[in-house]
Amino acid sequence: MSRRYLARYLVSRYFSSSVSSRPLHVCIVGSGPAGFYTADKLLKAHEGARVDIIDRLPTPFGLVRSGVAPDHPETKIAINQFSRVAQHERCSFYGNVKLGSDLLLSELRDLYHVVVLAYGAESDKDLGIPGESLSGIYSAREFVWWYNGHPDYSSLKPDLKSSDTAVILGQGNVALDVARILLRPRTELASTDIARHALSALEESSIRKVFLVGRRGPVQAALTAKELREVLGIKNMHIRIKETDLTVTPADEEEMKNSRIRKRIYELLSKAAAAAGTSESDPDQRELHFVFFRQPDRFLESNERKGHVSGVNLEKTILESAGSGKQLAVGTGEFEDLNCSLVLKAIGYKSVPINGLPFDHKKGVVPNVRGRVVSQTVEGLSQTERGLYVCGWLKRGPVGIIATNLYCAEEMVGRISEDIEEGVFTSSKEGSKGLMQLLEKREVKKVDFSGWEKIDAKEKQMGSEKNKPREKLVTWEDLLAAAAAN
Amino acid sequence: MFGHRISRSGSAIVKQLAREGYKSTYGRRNLQRSYGHYLPSLPMVQTRTSQEAFFLKNHRFYTASASTPEEGDEETEKITIIFVDKDGEEIPVKVPIGMSVLEAAHENDIDLEGACEASLACSTCHVIVMDTEYYNKLEEPTDEENDMLDLAFGLTETSRLGCQVIASPELDGVHLAIPSATRNFAVDGFVPKPH
Repeated sequence: MSRRYLARYLVSRYFSSSVSSRPLHVCIVGSGPAGFYTADKLLKAHEGARVDIIDRLPTPFGLVRSGVAPDHPETKIAINQFSRVAQHERCSFYGNVKLGSDLLLSELRDLYHVVVLAYGAESDKDLGIPGESLSGIYSAREFVWWYNGHPDYSSLKPDLKSSDTAVILGQGNVALDVARILLRPRTELASTDIARHALSALEESSIRKVFLVGRRGPVQAALTAKELREVLGIKNMHIRIKETDLTVTPADEEEMKNSRIRKRIYELLSKAAAAAGTSESDPDQRELHFVFFRQPDRFLESNERKGHVSGVNLEKTILESAGSGKQLAVGTGEFEDLNCSLVLKAIGYKSVPINGLPFDHKKGVVPNVRGRVVSQTVEGLSQTERGLYVCGWLKRGPVGIIATNLYCAEEMVGRISEDIEEGVFTSSKEGSKGLMQLLEKREVKKVDFSGWEKIDAKEKQMGSEKNKPREKLVTWEDLLAAAAAN
Repeated sequence: MFGHRISRSGSAIVKQLAREGYKSTYGRRNLQRSYGHYLPSLPMVQTRTSQEAFFLKNHRFYTASASTPEEGDEETEKITIIFVDKDGEEIPVKVPIGMSVLEAAHENDIDLEGACEASLACSTCHVIVMDTEYYNKLEEPTDEENDMLDLAFGLTETSRLGCQVIASPELDGVHLAIPSATRNFAVDGFVPKPH
């Protein structure tokens, strides 16, 4: 540790201490990675920061709890760091508090100097094609929340017994997740934290073939190497890829040259296609088919079961350049049907707007300039709100991994620090005290971090009886009861 | 890890004293808790064998020094690693041979995240080896590490995951930069966006 480094910091700390030790009341809406990394960095950067994190669910951690697949426990380890942040003396978590119903954005802004919206993307992109409302068609997000025990989806009851085929539209990591859960041997799933109702349904499932359908080619597929390597390595699961789909064009070569990840994915898929040709067929085997250059035109309705999906009508596509190296799928007018009894749309999430907040419906984000929410655009120039920020998917769109939020949070805290330096937050605010009074007046049964710890302990205890890391509580009643127990 | 800069300097001084003969249990205890947390909850990790081997290797290291308090620190050879943090500050630290860069960072309160606690399931301990010569001395990354590096923010030609780089005599004097949102080291500028 250099002495000069130490001296410099002592001096800058002395001069900035008056600014950074004044109480800065912060409320973060959303307790997923974006919310927690923002809290973590704010607490480290400002001695005076007092952070309250609210979430509409009684449980924290967002998609780390409800999105990460049950067979990916190592990805959930991030929860340890988030828990340490929640337990920090200047930080509090309050679950079961919903913005929009329990309190308004304007009320939060009155109570806190800084409000950070980090509530992610709880809705889905639509295809906008005929038949989309037939039963048996779900967004992947709904299916994932169902098997992960999200209390809003525990009664989804997807039909897994009407045929042996499921079609997944999209070829990103969420598509791979749902394919794996549909096809993995049940014995392997039984020792994960998958929700009990999902495990029972999967034990009776007749699904043996899953088609992952993408409108473009293998070079454009959104999945990543680790996940692809994983499915290619699952025992007794046969991968089917058409060799003809693997032909690359000069435009494809260019894309791969500019992206190491695209190149590595393509190489893995080529190896898989070559190996796939040699395996034999057996009636009970599980098959994962990669279907490229097909876009869904409409959903087909079953004749035997009115109102239920029986297949997808797909249009063949070719790729056309859209400038700057990007290639888009264009229909060729040739169609074919793919029969199935279950369709999962894994084509992307979408954020949900709230009252009083500007929203860009096209991009599905809150309009912002590097994290500061835009209040209005006057003659092409965006004016930003003071003290209102967005972080995570609500800011950037629903792309990126858990780690992406680290940098998003760093940028956010940089913005807030700039605003502190400019003296934006000089008025006094009530912060936590005011929030507690408001919630009490409205009889909101908030769940603080120790309430979550009770839920956590109960789930782990129930899980240990079944050789699972935890047995999730999947209804609002059970979660709130466990949080309030003595 | 929650202290502000001044306490970081303070704790670094304490650690300096610790190396000179006093016992410093902060880093070790923290890491044992971290590793203890992850091992039982991983029934199906693909790269489990390599991770178990990795864990055991480092666990043995800590156990050995715990049982010989007086001789432990002096006997273990140390190299110097210079971390370059997000503000461009150079922070030289003494690292025992066999310790990973991620552990070394945590032992010295360097702000390097390790979200998955060395399970090769994230890219938050991404560091950039600032000298190609040193980069070439390292063993090639495994497929599993490369898969995670694919997704690292600000990926460069000389990027590695801190949890996979182990201190060895050839690395003495290496400069490792921590990528920052406000200072982009990316050579190709491409940031992949899957989820």
